[in-house]
Amino acid sequence: MKLLTSNFLKCSVKACDNSNENFPLRYDANCQLQQDESIDCNPEFLINILERVDWNALVQVASDLGNKSLPPQKPELSPGDDLTDDDLAIIRDMHSLLIQTSIVEGQMSCRNCGHVYYIKNGIPNLLLPPHLA
Amino acid sequence: MMSKKYLVYMAHVNVNFRRAELESLADLCGLDIDFSTYNEESPFFVVDLPDDTQASKWIKRSVLSKAIYEYWGEGKNLEELHESIKSQPFHEHYKQLYRQDSFKFEFETYRGSAKANRVEQIETFVYLGFQGKIDMKKPDQIYAIVEEYKPVSDNVGSTVPEKMFFGRLVQRSDRHAMEVYDLKKRPYKGTTSFEAELSLASANIAQVKPGSIMYDPFAGTGSFLSAGGHYGALVIGSDIDGRMIRGKGAAHNISSNFKYYGDSIQFLDVLTMDFTHNALRSNLKIDTILCDPPYGIREGIKVLGAKDPEKYIGKEEVEIHGKKSYLHRDYIPAKKPYSLDNLLDDLLQYASEGLAIGGRLAFWMPTANDENVETVIPLHSCLELKYNCVQEFHKWSRRLLVYENKGPDFKGEDNTGIKRAVSNFRDRYFANFNK
Repeated sequence: MKLLTSNFLKCSVKACDNSNENFPLRYDANCQLQQDESIDCNPEFLINILERVDWNALVQVASDLGNKSLPPQKPELSPGDDLTDDDLAIIRDMHSLLIQTSIVEGQMSCRNCGHVYYIKNGIPNLLLPPHLA
Repeated sequence: MMSKKYLVYMAHVNVNFRRAELESLADLCGLDIDFSTYNEESPFFVVDLPDDTQASKWIKRSVLSKAIYEYWGEGKNLEELHESIKSQPFHEHYKQLYRQDSFKFEFETYRGSAKANRVEQIETFVYLGFQGKIDMKKPDQIYAIVEEYKPVSDNVGSTVPEKMFFGRLVQRSDRHAMEVYDLKKRPYKGTTSFEAELSLASANIAQVKPGSIMYDPFAGTGSFLSAGGHYGALVIGSDIDGRMIRGKGAAHNISSNFKYYGDSIQFLDVLTMDFTHNALRSNLKIDTILCDPPYGIREGIKVLGAKDPEKYIGKEEVEIHGKKSYLHRDYIPAKKPYSLDNLLDDLLQYASEGLAIGGRLAFWMPTANDENVETVIPLHSCLELKYNCVQEFHKWSRRLLVYENKGPDFKGEDNTGIKRAVSNFRDRYFANFNK
């Protein structure tokens, strides 16, 4: 499960939709991470994706996983069509973090109801037991 | 506005889907095309377009077309064709434009093959006065004679064409992607995998855009994810059946398919998730939803929950090794049967909330052919039904339904909650559609 996906996932339990605590999920510090350098960076693609990223949630998840180095604000690219060296550096960092980093094994839980979801072989399981479905 | 005449040459298959694909791609390119002369029966469509760039952009992604040509003329036979070419107002202008370019001639034939001597035929075009050299490998220009034949009978073809077009090739289509995405060559596939041609055409009709987000809530082995990735979307899939999306090891799963196609950057993730208990955050705007819902032939329709709830009363308190059983890593939650009507209602409702305005929902729905009742198409007040393309099989058919999210102000017809399916499709299918 790519780190970008953590930015899209909330708790599956419908009742938690009424709380502000169901997104992002809380990631266990012992999650096993993997870096896939073989995925090439496509700046245009990444700029599109970056627009959809909820930055506060990303900072929180990165912090759960032990990376406290993200700036508090979403990095902004320079105006205009041409990408500066600074822009490219940001894009490369974001590519490395969002696309190349994935969680292979581990668990995450809802900060509202506490339900635990597992990630196995890189695939998150968001199914629910009958009493929560 | 200046415009030029072009000839679109289409594949004569899946004819019910061709116009939907051409219209959807035109809309995607911002092209306003007059379809009044479009004829479902013919593989040819002569059309006015602003320029080659627009023509190329339009057809480049098409799977159900073969190519688009700059139109030079047409006739019932070679003599008429030459007369037609010479009489066109743009004839002299075109001749001058490409005079010095290297070139070659190609023949395209529809429903027949010629006995005529092709070299002799090419020589009859000498009046065009091309000065460039003939280059069979990398010519600057390719000229095509496109012929239509009418077979004598089902078994006997014709050798004399009844219609001929002449044009200069502007753009070949994306039809070769069918070979690339052919299921036979795909590393990971299953019984529910969807054929390449119509999954790619579905992605075109659904207007999958580069850099957008596409979601398949019934991903299975990822056929539609592959098609969406091919057209540049970031794709995410989910399925309640974890076995399907896990695949069979690292070399045979959905991710390995993306690696095989060189589209790895397009693939986000697949989630083991019940679509009706969705974990995608609700303010994430999705651009396209494209899927083939489980209609119960190979996979019964299931959602989370207990079929017999009484049996599960108190089960949430059961502990194993001091931990609630449902919090264990290998816990397998109960699933219960669900109806196709309800599932499609949920899908439309989800699309109305999750899709960006203008975004499309496209899904496949099966129907039996022999029922003497009208097929009821699911409708939602926020969604405009754009297309209903039918693919006929012997005793049943399936249709691609395509909707555009217009938002709450659209106030369209709505049939949510009514019983649409007359009988269970799965039961009918296994009974071979005998009552």
